Amino acid sequence: MKNALVNLVNISKSFDGQLILDDLNLYIRENEFLTLLGPSGCGKTTTLRILGGFEKPDKGQVIFEGNDITNLPPNKRNLNTVFQKYALFTHMDVAENIAFGLKIKNKSKSYIDDKIKYALKLVNLDGYEHRMPDSLSGGQQQRIAIARAIVNEPKLLLLDEPLGALDLKLRQDMQYELIRLKNELGITFIYVTHDQEEALTMSDTIVVMNQGYIQQIGTPEKIYNEPENAFVADFIGDSNIIGATMVRDRLVEILGARFACVDEGFGENKPVDVVIRPEDVELVSPAEGTIQGTVTHLIFKGVHYEMEVAANGYEWLVHSTKMHEVGSQVGIRVDPFNIQIMNKPESEDEEAAHIDE
Amino acid sequence: MNKKLLSAPFIFWSVLFILVPLCMVFYYGLTDKTGAFTLNNILAIATQEHSKALWESIKLSLISTVICFLLAYPLAMILSHMNTNKNSFIVLIFILPMWMNFLLRTLAWQTLLEKTGVINSVLSFLHLPALNIINTPYAIVLGMVYNFLPFMVLPIYNVLVKIDVNVINAARDLGANSFQTFLKIIFPLSIPGVISGITMVFVPALTTFVISKILGGSKILLIGNVIEQEFTQTGNWHLGSGLSIVLMLFIIFNMVISAVTDKDGEVNAL
Repeated sequence: MKNALVNLVNISKSFDGQLILDDLNLYIRENEFLTLLGPSGCGKTTTLRILGGFEKPDKGQVIFEGNDITNLPPNKRNLNTVFQKYALFTHMDVAENIAFGLKIKNKSKSYIDDKIKYALKLVNLDGYEHRMPDSLSGGQQQRIAIARAIVNEPKLLLLDEPLGALDLKLRQDMQYELIRLKNELGITFIYVTHDQEEALTMSDTIVVMNQGYIQQIGTPEKIYNEPENAFVADFIGDSNIIGATMVRDRLVEILGARFACVDEGFGENKPVDVVIRPEDVELVSPAEGTIQGTVTHLIFKGVHYEMEVAANGYEWLVHSTKMHEVGSQVGIRVDPFNIQIMNKPESEDEEAAHIDE
Repeated sequence: MNKKLLSAPFIFWSVLFILVPLCMVFYYGLTDKTGAFTLNNILAIATQEHSKALWESIKLSLISTVICFLLAYPLAMILSHMNTNKNSFIVLIFILPMWMNFLLRTLAWQTLLEKTGVINSVLSFLHLPALNIINTPYAIVLGMVYNFLPFMVLPIYNVLVKIDVNVINAARDLGANSFQTFLKIIFPLSIPGVISGITMVFVPALTTFVISKILGGSKILLIGNVIEQEFTQTGNWHLGSGLSIVLMLFIIFNMVISAVTDKDGEVNAL
């Protein structure tokens, strides 16, 4: 890729005979906010550690700004990491923590002092120079960890689930902070998380991973609206994933009923999976619905009601602002645009789609 | 009420075997044979014979502590880097001699080091010059290091394994090479363990009289030996107690220093 900052080429890694990454290929563009998203054990953290230099891949190359850095130790790489549990130096105060990398590089005292001031301002912690890390809250420690990394002006910042230990409200605030920081600094961010909401909120590009394979790469909208397989659909948000048959172009048979859709080119009478997001299921009067069912569960969620509707042998998950009592008869209708058709995985290997660019 | 009852044996034990003897030491130390109050027993430390023994004790225990530290730190580093299965085996090898009686271990060294002992027999068989260190300060230092080394290794090992590996990774990530990482991160973070280790080696080394008696013959008198002689040979309990109080002050001073620096309770962790 032309403007790729980092290129991971055919990376494989296993621990104790267990394959963690299998022939992974990925490039990261300059100034991109890229998120590696997946369940624990999917290889996302290993990918990050390989980028940071803390793990060596068994096979493959890490290309950074056109140079092969696969065998370079972490201290020789022009990138910095923000670690999961902050990893601050507890025997140093905030200023010394932030100055650590600069002192190693023998920067002048006035330069370092300016940088500390600038970094603390950037993370909204002016005046915290002489506090000890232990006396700070989790969110503040996280900001110091970020400040400590960015004063070194890295080309690339790696973030390993940096918000994992924070509570929900703080996490949401920090998400906005991170987006702001990224835009102000113009640094490329690679962010690792298992939280799909976090990924959708912050990223330019999301890489969904599972069992060492990349499942899908795309913008948050693309990943959410057009998941390429059942894993991605299931991992990103709630969804109804139903086995179905593609009757012909633009017509799919779901649970015995025929729905109009917009997808073409799957062939005739081909088994497929369909994904329908719960907010895309419309509940109407039984006569108006494509299929009919009975409401079995009802939960108030604040923004909407969450309902389950038993229809044609499947429990449909439905989000709606209109309430339907448990036991009431309803019809189900889905807009053709909201039916996402996916090929059925033919084998494990195929499910884990290889993506090469 | 119930809980207080349960602690009764412990309190009884503490009073009988800790508090009462301590009071007796202070009583004897601060009185003369007639029972009148005096500071002479304590000031007796200033006499040339006693102060020389105290100085010799401090010197030898400091040397032993330094040697223990130099041996223990790299060893603790190696141990902390090993995986759990291997290192528990090596820790076991280390602790194994500690299960044997202290006296027995020291006597074993005597047998090894004697003029006609095991080491010299082997050396003379190989036509090498004999090793004459028995009854010298060298033998005492050897005995101290051998006996007290595990007490230095374990606290240091304890702090080293507790250092978050990501903290070390963070230092590397920020540009520090392995040596800088050790100097600026690993060593400063391990200081509480080092202080504990120093205390746990220095204090018993300072007060020992068995090692100096067995490996030093009667040629080298340490303060422990002087006190022991006052009790067992001269029978002057007053002077013995007075000197003990002086030694106790040294130990308390050392303990205070380590308590101030040891906030995480590494000593108690053992």
